[in-house]
Amino acid sequence: MAFQNARMLKTDERIAKTGLVRRVFRRVEAGALIGAVVVWAFFALVAPENWLSITGVARILDSSSTLGIMAVAVALLMIGGEFDLSTGVMTGTTGLIAGMLATELNTSIWLAMLVSLIFALAVGFFNGWIVVKTRLPSFIVTLATFFVLRGANVGVTRLVTAKVVVSNIDQAIGFMSARGFFNLEFTLLGTQFRTSTIWWIALALIATWVLQRTRYGNWIFAVGGDVNTARNVGVPSERVKISLFMITAVAAWLVGMMGIVRLRSSVASEGIGQEFVYIIAVVTGGTLLTGGYGSVVGACIGALIFGMARVGIVFSGWDTDWFYSFLGIMLIVAVLVNAFTRKRAEEVRIAAAKARTEEEVN
Amino acid sequence: MAEPILEVRDITKLFGSVIALNKVSTKVHRGEVTCLLGDNGAGKSTLIKILSGVFQPTEGTCHFNGEIVTLRSPREARAMGIATVYQELSLLPLMPIWRNFFLGAEPEKGSPLLRRFDIEFAKRTVREELKKMGIEIRDPDQPVGSMSGGERQSIAISRAVYFGAKVLILDEPTAALGVKQASMVLRYVAQAKARDLGVIFISHNPQHAYTVGDRFFILKRGKVLGSWTKNELSLEDMIRNMSGVDELEALSRELEQIAAGRQERNNGMVHES
Repeated sequence: MAFQNARMLKTDERIAKTGLVRRVFRRVEAGALIGAVVVWAFFALVAPENWLSITGVARILDSSSTLGIMAVAVALLMIGGEFDLSTGVMTGTTGLIAGMLATELNTSIWLAMLVSLIFALAVGFFNGWIVVKTRLPSFIVTLATFFVLRGANVGVTRLVTAKVVVSNIDQAIGFMSARGFFNLEFTLLGTQFRTSTIWWIALALIATWVLQRTRYGNWIFAVGGDVNTARNVGVPSERVKISLFMITAVAAWLVGMMGIVRLRSSVASEGIGQEFVYIIAVVTGGTLLTGGYGSVVGACIGALIFGMARVGIVFSGWDTDWFYSFLGIMLIVAVLVNAFTRKRAEEVRIAAAKARTEEEVN
Repeated sequence: MAEPILEVRDITKLFGSVIALNKVSTKVHRGEVTCLLGDNGAGKSTLIKILSGVFQPTEGTCHFNGEIVTLRSPREARAMGIATVYQELSLLPLMPIWRNFFLGAEPEKGSPLLRRFDIEFAKRTVREELKKMGIEIRDPDQPVGSMSGGERQSIAISRAVYFGAKVLILDEPTAALGVKQASMVLRYVAQAKARDLGVIFISHNPQHAYTVGDRFFILKRGKVLGSWTKNELSLEDMIRNMSGVDELEALSRELEQIAAGRQERNNGMVHES
């Protein structure tokens, strides 16, 4: 008994020894947070007068919000061990469907949006279903979806409108109420903000709660960690994966709707290439490319980094082409930082476990 | 003698024309460790897969608490109280202990809309259950991947016990472990036995089996070679029966002959030159 007590005392000492710095570094989001601070400080030095104003903050949040909404959904999907390359083009497809129905058939914009939502759910289901039934990599399956949608976006739009753009969406019935719901400007501290920012924060909070606090969240981690193990202990892995693809598609639909109510039109090339920005934001946020480990908050910080970069490049008066180079650099840095922080955190723990085992046996 | 909790009678399993098991019978009692021994290909894996519901026997019957049962799936076996801890374990290395422990059977609380994983309960229960097995954990948030092999085995075992296992099937739990780690696992096997579970311990290692076992079944090429209680069998006899010694002796004789042959050839060459 005395032996047991002695061990417990030692154990308690170790808890006390874990310092604040180490605890922060152990967090998934640590790398992204440092990155965000560095990027913010950089532009604060280069373009201080715009950057440090409330207008600057509003611009950054606006630029990050739709990217952030996608990053939230893509983070869940990637923690669940899958990719979706059709997310970017999907924001275009859903916008085109809703826009064309409303302008060509004169339906209410709300009905058009509902049809578009059903389409998004169907594509998400299809992606997920093919992935779980064929066990093909989701990379390939959704790449196929990406190309099909990309072609159809241009092809169908040209057939219907004889152009590659759907315009005058604001003349549809119910447009103003839809605009109010999805993407309204509002004034705060004398500056224009948009409801898309509120949507982003709300969805991020809900997704974090679901991931960390619910049974479904536990299943997401499990199917991403090892799908066979998850299945063996009774997790309905196929349902979890399919639902994650559907959630991602719905997020793309939401962003698509935000786009059309804001711009009052929709172009056939909308969203193409954005899928990689979403994935990079998620990876920057500490989520592993292999799944089973990650964070929604981290993905949001990742989105914020790219929102800052987009705005900061404009504020600094540079060519916006450089944004993609920045994206590439951030990706490689993020992957290296992830590997480093995770390894470091695990080394500490493994060393402790080893010490304890030896102690136990002696 | 009390009725066995789990019994199989004359189990035969064919895979096409291959006879994996041939009229195998065995019993498992509560509060006892039944060791299933045998070389690779003896049929150990097939037998435990039948007991855990993965395969169905071609012929023969399973009895649980004296009643004939058909185990159609691992889920059914688990619901009945037969838990199998496989070598590859059912643990996810990147997830914390408490998430792993309750995976697939998460306790929930709250109203339907805010229904959530009862994390507090999960963490407290993991701590208590592992303490019953004699393991103190510092931090239930520790990822399982950072724990030692022995600790991981013990988590898998205590999880099975917590979820109401009456029969615990352990598939080579000490196989990939060092001496210290293996002795840790053997202690938990003894703990499970003390808690009145029927334990089936599959092993290659006669020393490990003999340390914790009460009954020994040896399989060889799909047949029961024999069954003994601990006082009927010495460790030496057991090793011999497991075919290890006989075959090793045969091998050493063979090696001697080869060596002798080479010697003769060498002598021959000397003569020729």
